[in-house]
Amino acid sequence: MTLSPELISGIGQIVAVCAFFLGCLLLSGVLTWVERKQSAVMQDRIGANRAKIFGLRMFGLFHIIADAVKMLAKENFIPKNADKLLYQLAPIVSLFFALIAFSAIPFGDTLVLGDIRIPLQGLNLNIGLLYIFAMLSLGVYGVILGGFSSQSNYSFLGGLRAISQLISYEITIGASIVGLVMVYGTLNINELVYVQGEYLWGWVPKWGIVVQPAAFFIFLTAAIAENKRIPFDLPEGESEIVGYFLEYSGMRFGLFFLTDFLELILIACLLATLFFGGWQVPGLFADGFHWFNGAVLHLPALLITLIRVLAMITKILFFCWFLMVIRWTLPRFRYDQLMHLGWTILFPLSIANILITGIVLLFIK
Amino acid sequence: MATINVKRKKLNFLERIYLPEVFRGMAITSWHFFKNIAFHLLRAIGFKHLRGAVTYQYPEEQRPMSKRTRTRHRLTQREDGSPRCVACMMCETVCPARCIYIVAKENPDPNIEKMPASFDIDLGKCVYCGFCVEACPEDAIRMDTQIVDIAAYSREGMYYTMDELLHPEKHGDKILSDPKKPK
Repeated sequence: MTLSPELISGIGQIVAVCAFFLGCLLLSGVLTWVERKQSAVMQDRIGANRAKIFGLRMFGLFHIIADAVKMLAKENFIPKNADKLLYQLAPIVSLFFALIAFSAIPFGDTLVLGDIRIPLQGLNLNIGLLYIFAMLSLGVYGVILGGFSSQSNYSFLGGLRAISQLISYEITIGASIVGLVMVYGTLNINELVYVQGEYLWGWVPKWGIVVQPAAFFIFLTAAIAENKRIPFDLPEGESEIVGYFLEYSGMRFGLFFLTDFLELILIACLLATLFFGGWQVPGLFADGFHWFNGAVLHLPALLITLIRVLAMITKILFFCWFLMVIRWTLPRFRYDQLMHLGWTILFPLSIANILITGIVLLFIK
Repeated sequence: MATINVKRKKLNFLERIYLPEVFRGMAITSWHFFKNIAFHLLRAIGFKHLRGAVTYQYPEEQRPMSKRTRTRHRLTQREDGSPRCVACMMCETVCPARCIYIVAKENPDPNIEKMPASFDIDLGKCVYCGFCVEACPEDAIRMDTQIVDIAAYSREGMYYTMDELLHPEKHGDKILSDPKKPK
């Protein structure tokens, strides 16, 4: 039996996508450490570093393992009056939709090995962008179920706060990328990245941030609100107000916690893909680096693919760092300020952005 | 009823649209981030005087204290090693917490009248006021050991006898290392 190139590339794609998923899951674990350490360094502290294995401390990296063991070993409490099925389903729903949204993210160019062409993307949908936002919206159901099925007044209130916030900002997040879609003329994320490899006036990369700077800020703000992190952490409010996962303990709480970090990575992926050219590197074309003076540095195709994957990873890591800086810098909004910002500032701004983009496109064409 | 008029700062346009202020805040926190990371790295490769954090990692690294800080008591000694204390009972009398218990005995030296047979301090009661040090006419008791981590698993563990007070260096960590110390 001989293996056809299609079969090999299919297997290759599965392996590559599995590696990407595994990387994202690992990164979400590492981000718990990054969050502790980065906040510590930003605040002139040292941060958690006491977990020791065989006398090794590894800058507190073992706290990830210690956290996981603690979560797994803790009692998995279910309130007496809770809806047993929905209560147990909620964290799984949250995690599931956060995870499958990753499948539409292209993390590299097509890997070409002779006959074998491995697309470095799980799902090449022509509505990939809509798919990701649909999955993000479905993830809200985990929060709703968690808040309502606990049969606790506090988690119910937390759930209410979460729903009104998430639904409000979902509209903004959807409206903010319409301008981007109008400029690039596609909903296919892979094509979106290809188009961003073009250049304006011959030298400015046609990245989302260049053609749609306002959309970037609106999307960033709404995305942080969707992620329920400070300064928009009113659904959770760890330190003062209890949130929708009040009754959860053990690994069920851990899943909600993990979902938060996975969504953070997803938003970092989206920011990199939509506004910072995805795996595109300025000046790097399919045959090598093109310098300003026209000279070309030829590189093998495999190396170029590798550079592009590394560029994507670098961008994702940068945005994870960036989102952490925001989280540890800004104070929390008041709830009325949150709604005010969402409905009377960001939403009209995103609509205005669509309008202006439309007018400008009309005049250019 | 008195009214307090709170003067709120009038925000200008740039402050009201919030975005420049966000970047200003993030510039400050990122500056701290990169500065501290650089200091941590430089410290790791040998510049020991640079600190990336203000943290003292307590059990291993103690925060420097002023010499005047009133810390755990010690009894000073004569050249032959016997306590300087003459059992005058001044400290026991002045102690507001009444945590000093002295039993006097005759001193073999004819020039000195008395010496303590036992000199105990119950640190569970002590309020670290330093009056005993002030009252002592012989400079026999001091509070300068710089030992502050005094803790025990029982009330008896906080009870210090004369030998422990005379030799704080020998008993510096005796309490925590031995939870069931017999009194």
